[in-house]
Amino acid sequence: MIESHLSLLIVVLPLLTAPIVAILPNGRAPWLISTLVSWSVFTLACMQLANVSTGNIISYELGGWAPPWGIEYRIDAANALVALIVSGIAAVIFPYALKSVEKEIPEQQHSLFYAAFMLCLTGLLGITQTGDIFNLFVFLEISSLSSYALISLGQQRQALTASYQYLIMGSIGATFFLIGVGLLYAMTGTLNMMDLAQRLPELYEHRTIHTAFAFIMVGFALKLALFPLHLWLPNAYTYAPSVVTAFLSATATKVAVYVMLRVIFSVFGFSFIENTPTDELFLILCVVGILMMSFYAVYQQDSKRLLSYSSVAQVGYMMLGIGFGSVLGLTATLVHLFNHALMKGALFMAIGALVYRVGSSRLEHLSGLGKHMPWTFAAIVIGGLSLIGVPGTAGFISKWYLVLAAIEKQYWLIVVVILLGSLLAVIYVWKLIETLYFKSENDSIQPETIKEAPLMLLIPTWVLVFANVYFGFNTELTVGTAEQAIKLLLPGVN
Amino acid sequence: MNVIASEQLIALAILLPLIASVLIVFADKQPNLREAITLITASLIAFIVITLAMRVQAGEVPALELFEVIPGITISFSIEPLGMLFALVAGTLWLITSIYSIGYMRGHHEKNQTRFYAAFAIAISATLAAAFSGNMFTLFLCYEILTISTYPLVTHSGTAEAKRSGRVYLGILLGTSIGFQLLAILITWSVAGTLDFKPGGILEGKLDPAYAGILYALFIFGVGKAAVMPFHKWLPAAMVAPTPVSALLHAVAVVKAGVFTVLKVTIYIFGSDFILSSGASDWLIWFAAATILLASLIAMTKDNLKARLAYSTISQLSYIVLGALIATKMSLLGASMHIAMHAFAKITLFFAAGAILVAAHKSDISQMRGLGRAMPITFMAFTIGSLSIIGLPPFGGMWSKWYLALGTVHAEQWILLAVLMISTLLNIAYLLPVAVNAFFAKPAEGETYTEIKEAPLTMLLALSLTALACIVLFFYPDPFYNLAVSAASATNGGGN
Repeated sequence: MIESHLSLLIVVLPLLTAPIVAILPNGRAPWLISTLVSWSVFTLACMQLANVSTGNIISYELGGWAPPWGIEYRIDAANALVALIVSGIAAVIFPYALKSVEKEIPEQQHSLFYAAFMLCLTGLLGITQTGDIFNLFVFLEISSLSSYALISLGQQRQALTASYQYLIMGSIGATFFLIGVGLLYAMTGTLNMMDLAQRLPELYEHRTIHTAFAFIMVGFALKLALFPLHLWLPNAYTYAPSVVTAFLSATATKVAVYVMLRVIFSVFGFSFIENTPTDELFLILCVVGILMMSFYAVYQQDSKRLLSYSSVAQVGYMMLGIGFGSVLGLTATLVHLFNHALMKGALFMAIGALVYRVGSSRLEHLSGLGKHMPWTFAAIVIGGLSLIGVPGTAGFISKWYLVLAAIEKQYWLIVVVILLGSLLAVIYVWKLIETLYFKSENDSIQPETIKEAPLMLLIPTWVLVFANVYFGFNTELTVGTAEQAIKLLLPGVN
Repeated sequence: MNVIASEQLIALAILLPLIASVLIVFADKQPNLREAITLITASLIAFIVITLAMRVQAGEVPALELFEVIPGITISFSIEPLGMLFALVAGTLWLITSIYSIGYMRGHHEKNQTRFYAAFAIAISATLAAAFSGNMFTLFLCYEILTISTYPLVTHSGTAEAKRSGRVYLGILLGTSIGFQLLAILITWSVAGTLDFKPGGILEGKLDPAYAGILYALFIFGVGKAAVMPFHKWLPAAMVAPTPVSALLHAVAVVKAGVFTVLKVTIYIFGSDFILSSGASDWLIWFAAATILLASLIAMTKDNLKARLAYSTISQLSYIVLGALIATKMSLLGASMHIAMHAFAKITLFFAAGAILVAAHKSDISQMRGLGRAMPITFMAFTIGSLSIIGLPPFGGMWSKWYLALGTVHAEQWILLAVLMISTLLNIAYLLPVAVNAFFAKPAEGETYTEIKEAPLTMLLALSLTALACIVLFFYPDPFYNLAVSAASATNGGGN
């Protein structure tokens, strides 16, 4: 019974939980229910991945309406992997949320907060599950609107402007996407992705199709914060509550990258892209983005902002793989999608634990904390090493495939840029580590009041830290699933 | 026949120090228990590497394959003679250094000793794992773990200077390894389709000889731990660490892991035939030669004893790199033996420097005049170590220099022979005056050394042992010689 409705349940479960949580009284009940739901969704996502990892494709007809009239959920290895990331991160972050949210968000907003969080989860999971491009837009809006609300709950007043900025940029992005979808519908008369993929090749020369493609690309480049459309991201991540930053940084951009993959490789087909300047444009933007954003990260004075700029740079790594359009490149993209979620999740959660103790994420307030919070500090060190791409961590595997892909294509300049990006990562990660480890404590805080973060924060953080190391040695899940996914994304290559 | 299988010994050699490091953290509040853990583990490790060395000499090739990380790439260990030689040096010297550390750390009242011993044990584990690596991937992994685990040791004192040095240390070592070495490994993988160490190399016939030089350069400079100029600055910077760290890690384990990697790449990735036929090392040789001379010259200008020893190490490391680059059997033999011979001599010098610091609180050479009469054992050991570095008989250092020089003669590289000879003279110029002035010069005005005694007993014991080893190795170099001969003959697939 559950087996056959698995793919739907993954979306519907959090969707139905949201209103229930919203009407619950404040207190621990909303948190408890959300956590349990996030764990169930994670279990379902694991089952789903196990189903498709052998090369199966799940096609679920919503309400029994056959596609292309009804909405189809179509799951292959690529969706299943992304759904696993999103639900996995949620399952780790919800237990963490209790303490952090109690500290950072006023009590009377707790149940609404968890409701918005559930909606955001619904939206992100919906995007990964659906095989209908208009339905995708709907879920995009659900996740976006709820994340605007979540970001605006940050402690500082700047959270409001940050959220507003994201609202404007995000809406423009969504509108662009919708225009693109509209144009596609006008030309083909269908919204089902598989249908689109069948009908588009004969229209490849048509200018409207090119226009539609451009609109969709720009729209999603905004959502995934591809340089130079990243301006909303640093503020949003810096001022959002710690939990929200950790969740969004690990999931939202990943889902957007997944949509790029799906639209480019499943809907339009890479042969279409090759005849447009898109792939070259991606490579140029990524190269400039990786270098510039890493430089920006080096000069930040706020730990969350530092990691935000690093996130924009890392998005560049993921998009590079798409720009290559090769098996190795896509492997790098999918593997990095997964690994980056682990490292940024772990890092932002560890930063959140520091914020829990001192109430600020600015570097000057964090100096010397490493000695008082050794476990949190160790989490930041390991997460940072993974971000740099030191062997033995997940980040290394991503870098391995990415550089191999560039070598295969003989793009030596890009090889240099990737490695240079790693070296810049050494600098900004070590800036964080030196602040925590060498500087003496800030005068405004009493060192004796600073203790190690509570276990409720530490355990989830360390789950992700451990995952960073585990997936640095065992790549069966990441690389194996990626290879399955690529067989479908790049048919005829193997 | 063997009580414990060799595979298990490999696993034990790598795991025991890691377990010890965890136990050390738990024994934080009981210093005696903590030091006992270190000593027991170090003794076990010494026993294990000696057992393994005997088995390897008997012709066994112990191997341990763990698991596959990326399709086609496994974490695996396989002991060949060169790795065994390196492990034998590092494993036995760890025991002696542990004895020394206890006297030093307590005598010098260092803080955070638990962190020190824990990080030290991890570094040793990484060193042994690097020595036993069965492919380039495993070696690179251990190489990076070694870099990271020694960072807290370098910045041990936590001062602004330590922080600055830590930046240089990490910046150069991580920078070169990610920027060059990783790139070289990836190119090797995409060209050869394997990263396994094979006698005679894996690149011949797969890589266009025209690019061999570039790839080889990426490896040589990518191994920042080998300290070939211009990537040598991290080593003097690392001298800010406590002396046992400088002695074992920055004269033996870390730097030797660097030149060991260079030798491994030369013998098992390229193979000497390919290097010679493609001319890959033709211009790199001059970097090594220049490093030998320049570092010796800089060493002469340093008044701080540890800084002088650091530059001496840079110079001596390039002997080994030079031996690898010449890539004849004789030069590889000399280079392999130099790993061992230089280790015993240089660790003696560092032990002596630490003893002087603890007993007399002096770190500048100019202040050590006349100190020899107050600390005769320390300075005798220093003299023996110096003579072994210079390469005079009857000290072990003679053998490696002998074979390196023979290597240049066989290759008819007369300029390089001259470089070796000039460097020997420079060694005399910067090392011997330290001991001579300590014994024979008058102390500076108003200085009396009546109150200065020898350093604590454990330190004296350690430095006497290594000094003695320098002499023994002249008469009985066989354990290292035999391993080095087998290693050098693996370079062209075992043939002649």
